[in-house]
Amino acid sequence: MSLSVKEVRKALSAKGSLLLVEAVPGIRYGEVVEVTLGTGETRLGQVIDVSKEVAVIQVFGGVSEVNTKAARVRFRGETLRIPVSLDMLGRIFDGLARPIDGGPPILPEDWADINGAPINPASREPPSEFIETGISAIDGLFSIVRGQKLPIFSGAGLPHNRIAAQIVRQARVRGKGEKFAVVFAAIGVTYEEAYFFMESLRRTGNIENIVAFINTAASPVIERIAIPRVALTTAEFLAWKYGMHVLVVMTDMTNYCEALRELSAAREEIPGRRGYPGYMYTDLATIYERAGRIRGKDGSVTQMPILTMPDDDITHPIPDLTGYITEGQIVLSRDLHRKGIYPPVDVLLSLSRLMKDGVGPGKTREDHYQVFMQLIAAYTEGQYLRELSAIVGTESLSERDRKYLAFADLFERRFINQGEYERRTIEQTLDIGWELLATLPEEELKLISVENIKKYHPKYRRGGKGE
Amino acid sequence: MVKGRIWRISGPLVVAEQMHGSMVYEVVYVGEERLIGEIIGMQGDRAFIQVYEDTSGLRVGEPVEGSGDLLSAELGPGILGRVFDGLQRPLSDMELIVGPFVERGVKLPSLPRDKKWVFRRNTDLRVGDRVRPGDVLGTVKETELVLHKIMVPPNVHGTLVELAGDGDYTVEDVIGYVDVGGGRKVELKLMHRWPVRKPRPYLSRLEPTEPLIIGQRVLDMMFPIARGGKAAVPGGFGSGKTVLLQTMTKWARTQINIYVGCGERGNEMADALHSFLRLKDPESGRPLAEKAVFIANTSNMPVAARETSVFLGVTIGEYFRDMGYDVLMVADSTSRWAEAMREISARLEEMPGEEGFPAYLGSRLAEFYERAGRVKCAGSPERTGSLTIVGAVSPPGADFSEPVTQNTLRYIGTLIALDVTLANRRHFPAISWLISYSLYVETVARWWEKRFPNWKAMRDEALEILQRENELMEIVRLVGPDALPDNDKLLLDAARMIREDFLQQNAFHPIDAYCPPEKTVGMMEVILTFYHEARKALEAGVPLEKIRALPVRAKIARMKEVEYDKFPSVKEELLREIHESINSLIGGAAA
Repeated sequence: MSLSVKEVRKALSAKGSLLLVEAVPGIRYGEVVEVTLGTGETRLGQVIDVSKEVAVIQVFGGVSEVNTKAARVRFRGETLRIPVSLDMLGRIFDGLARPIDGGPPILPEDWADINGAPINPASREPPSEFIETGISAIDGLFSIVRGQKLPIFSGAGLPHNRIAAQIVRQARVRGKGEKFAVVFAAIGVTYEEAYFFMESLRRTGNIENIVAFINTAASPVIERIAIPRVALTTAEFLAWKYGMHVLVVMTDMTNYCEALRELSAAREEIPGRRGYPGYMYTDLATIYERAGRIRGKDGSVTQMPILTMPDDDITHPIPDLTGYITEGQIVLSRDLHRKGIYPPVDVLLSLSRLMKDGVGPGKTREDHYQVFMQLIAAYTEGQYLRELSAIVGTESLSERDRKYLAFADLFERRFINQGEYERRTIEQTLDIGWELLATLPEEELKLISVENIKKYHPKYRRGGKGE
Repeated sequence: MVKGRIWRISGPLVVAEQMHGSMVYEVVYVGEERLIGEIIGMQGDRAFIQVYEDTSGLRVGEPVEGSGDLLSAELGPGILGRVFDGLQRPLSDMELIVGPFVERGVKLPSLPRDKKWVFRRNTDLRVGDRVRPGDVLGTVKETELVLHKIMVPPNVHGTLVELAGDGDYTVEDVIGYVDVGGGRKVELKLMHRWPVRKPRPYLSRLEPTEPLIIGQRVLDMMFPIARGGKAAVPGGFGSGKTVLLQTMTKWARTQINIYVGCGERGNEMADALHSFLRLKDPESGRPLAEKAVFIANTSNMPVAARETSVFLGVTIGEYFRDMGYDVLMVADSTSRWAEAMREISARLEEMPGEEGFPAYLGSRLAEFYERAGRVKCAGSPERTGSLTIVGAVSPPGADFSEPVTQNTLRYIGTLIALDVTLANRRHFPAISWLISYSLYVETVARWWEKRFPNWKAMRDEALEILQRENELMEIVRLVGPDALPDNDKLLLDAARMIREDFLQQNAFHPIDAYCPPEKTVGMMEVILTFYHEARKALEAGVPLEKIRALPVRAKIARMKEVEYDKFPSVKEELLREIHESINSLIGGAAA
């Protein structure tokens, strides 16, 4: 086809997922190769290091069954591209964008490089459109805006997938009927998890708005490196070409990082912390930074990566490096989960960095930010008193302190806790917040302006209705 | 020029052969697309090149061409208010040419070439005068806030043989000539170039005796930074590093601010750009962007350019320092730069130091931080300028024992340690008063005490109260607050007032975001006066509960929101109320 196609029959060595071949002139760094095995099977690979003497190829699918004598390596002369098309909506693909739902192949509108290109920081529009997820803990306390990247930090056995499914089901931007799509990437998940997601997406009835990429735990490790990029390339195509608002859910990024470590070890690189490669920050950034809004374009890419913290340790390199890149994090708490609270959002460790730009008058409600601050402050105080009363008993606490203790319990049970199929508007969420704050003495509400107290405090509201 | 060929490609590292005659740190153009790279090592005729753009698609055997130049910055009018990448390509211009994505191989002039600037010639200077580097040839009013001084470039000594009069010129128009001897004449233009890795010359260094007023109480009062000083801001994620750094660049009392986003978030950079356009300089009411330069190399842009973005920022900072201005440069984050060094070092297969970082990590950081300073500038008229550097550090897992933090501590004067637990308690800025320190306290105390005689005494007392609080809290955790004697309980109250009513400052509140020195000192005076008076009352037998119930405490808590011009009268009113209410309590106890 192309004149630049070259073929080599001399593989020097094969190990893990790497194949070393004798270099021929004109090999491009990063180009795609086809490795044809002695059995006739063909696998894709990529050039990851090339010199005049030798080329190192990373083989998608690994080098099992590669016979260094019989293998033929064809250099395609181009970097890894996937076909993209509007027809991908409603379909399911593997990690290299090949259909796995039994449907016909995609007629490409375009071929896109899976690595994308960085958005020019000067062309970015700061994200500020509030997304209503219908979940109080998120909307009220850690609001998501379009173009944000907000991960869920979870632990093994916590209901992160149920929360993600609920968000996908319920998320919408208020008062607008714009084109939206969900791109879902399952990275090295078990078959059950993938099935759960597909079923819950199907049940929402708008499967035609969803593109799914699935790489199960049994699929080749190396495809895990490609799948988030393939998913984001599709998302970008829908967002920037068709002006769609795309929510990208990726689970589980921990599996991605494990694959990266495995690969790095195979390449015999100097390991960084806990054996993860030193460039993991940069590598993750090339994924997470693909969220955003662009000035003058209609669409947006919002990311919700999900990762499980090994041993619930937030200082582990995976959550740590992710937290340094993403715009906040929603941390799930095992304690709350044990108490039966759903969604078990750890209010003190969670954070949305872009919240302040997405809430307030004209976006949600004028009292939103102040109510958020006051709820957090009161819950923090309640938590502190809980610890203290565990040691010194509740008897030595003052009347005020006991009210805070009761507040902390109420806050968990009434505000954070909600049904998996319950959708609360932001007004409902804030009003629940006010009901709880009303259990505290009014002079304790220092973070809320006097005007907002007069307007929204249940005491005055009831008064206003002329009791 | 040297012309070689690519021999090996490994990510951002390219090895070229037939490169005999090249020098280390020379800029080279790699491949047919002429990607920009820099030679970081030579071995025989092989050059090791770090390429500042994505290398995908390069082939072995493609040409590599030397430029004969070191990586240099263009310095001249048109630099302010602009966004550059690490190679000083103007990102806003790039958008017009290639669209909203950063493409490689784009060559753009850093400063606008077609714009004409109004040049006013320095009337003291005559043809035939001897000129030295740094002599001011004239000025260009670049923005309402900044008078851009056009100086004789460093390394140019000689006789002025021609200098244009007032008029409109582009940065490339020749505005004069200097005869440097030997029959050689050097052209003078509004702009010149300077290699980014080379410190710009100055006459002499001065002691950092003046504080850099930042308008953040915890910094100005507790952990001051001197003009020309160096500070590091380490903090785990979510500790508010970026907000603090942006706040510093917004409010620091300087003439020029440089914000380097090095390996950080794109949305944050966009937010910084937008808020600098929106926010007004507290003194002049002009947009802050008029005195700012932005350098953006976000985390997904080529890693090698993180290093150049840091050195580019410093070079631009020194250039404005040489004009006699006070400059603040903020780099967010130096850890990402260190990681880029580690990546390149690993590909060079160098012997790694701690945690895989190269052994020269410390000396590279020193090359950066040591370019800060308050100096007597080269050239006439006589002037002093300063460049203050603040570097963010992002320690993995918020563990300050890691190599980048530890190496940074060797060179800096103020440690602004951010504490994630404070941030989780929503105490912002989350600066830990127990870990942070400032080596400039003694040197800047003179400046403060000329204006506020008790500055140092109050600072020391406040820190002592906080230190004592920390000790007492350990007891409270064991036995509960009731077990403490009343005077300790009062101290805990005072510590809480210092923390909540003084140290906490809301970066997004229209008034509280910036706190001028008079207000900072005044607020501390009110809090400490309350504590001293309350102690007196306690000794006179007044029950603690009565002191706690005083309504003046709520008013003290609202001091933050008082406008600057109203503050002096509010302060007097508060002091009077404290004295009166305490005296009446003491009177009541005695009766």
